[in-house]
Amino acid sequence: MIELDTMDRRILRAMARDATQSASALGRVLGVSQSAVWRRIKRLHENGIIRGQRLDLDAERLGFGVTVFLGVKLATKGRVSLDDFERAVSAIPEVQTVEHILGLYDYRLRVVARDIPDFERVLRRRIMMLPGVGDVEANVLLSEERRPGPIG
Amino acid sequence: MLDDTDKRILRHYQHNPTTGFAELAERAGVTAATCTRRIEKMRQEGVIRGNHAVINWRALGREVEVSLRITLDKTQPRAFDEFLAAAREVPDVVEIQTFLGRVDVRLSVIARDMAHYQQVYRTAVLTLPHIADIEALMHVARIKSDEVLPL
Repeated sequence: MIELDTMDRRILRAMARDATQSASALGRVLGVSQSAVWRRIKRLHENGIIRGQRLDLDAERLGFGVTVFLGVKLATKGRVSLDDFERAVSAIPEVQTVEHILGLYDYRLRVVARDIPDFERVLRRRIMMLPGVGDVEANVLLSEERRPGPIG
Repeated sequence: MLDDTDKRILRHYQHNPTTGFAELAERAGVTAATCTRRIEKMRQEGVIRGNHAVINWRALGREVEVSLRITLDKTQPRAFDEFLAAAREVPDVVEIQTFLGRVDVRLSVIARDMAHYQQVYRTAVLTLPHIADIEALMHVARIKSDEVLPL
């Protein structure tokens, strides 16, 4: 595990808010040189602390009015390979995320659709057709917020 | 509204959020000036809400991720507001989602290890107001996580 100092944390927080800020702009705000900021950002990448960037789009404005989280239980464990299920589910374009979990369900899927009839189509024709799918629980997303988390 | 050019730019931008506008323009088959102008416009209109660095919490020593699915006591008229306000104060909570369905709220909690998770759960989660029921799902692996819209 890598120990971050206060400046690293401030840079990480700023990048999590807006990763398009330039090192010089960030340096001005934080009161350090552009090269110092650049070096630290490079280290955050090299150490795997920043694992990429995510574009946050307004799904509704782009015609995707419905986001549903599905809890999926596999019906025939042992007979269907998890790899096959994971490959097939990941290939569905409306499925945005696939997480393997322990507990009530085996997988959690984040699914986007244009509206409820479109969601029904994805559920019936795509999800329910996947190899090994058993119980499915759906929860429609109403609101979502990402928190800064324990950067310190 | 958005036209095909906007959508084409967004399609490439979503898959490569670290790409500079010059390269993005080339991939989307538009001039750099068009690309910059369109992205700026979509930002101003709120179609593009942000471009965020994704933190790998494991690399920061947070090995455990738990999804807490919570049902609230809806006989309390302010249950949602008060619960959400209190949950925002817990630093170990990285995601808060509300739902229509069997579950009211989901919190994503990250902890250093199981002992630390137990401590967070007891001192910071169970003390949140108006919880009627709570269910924990342990996170094993992320198979797909790009959150790309099928434009």
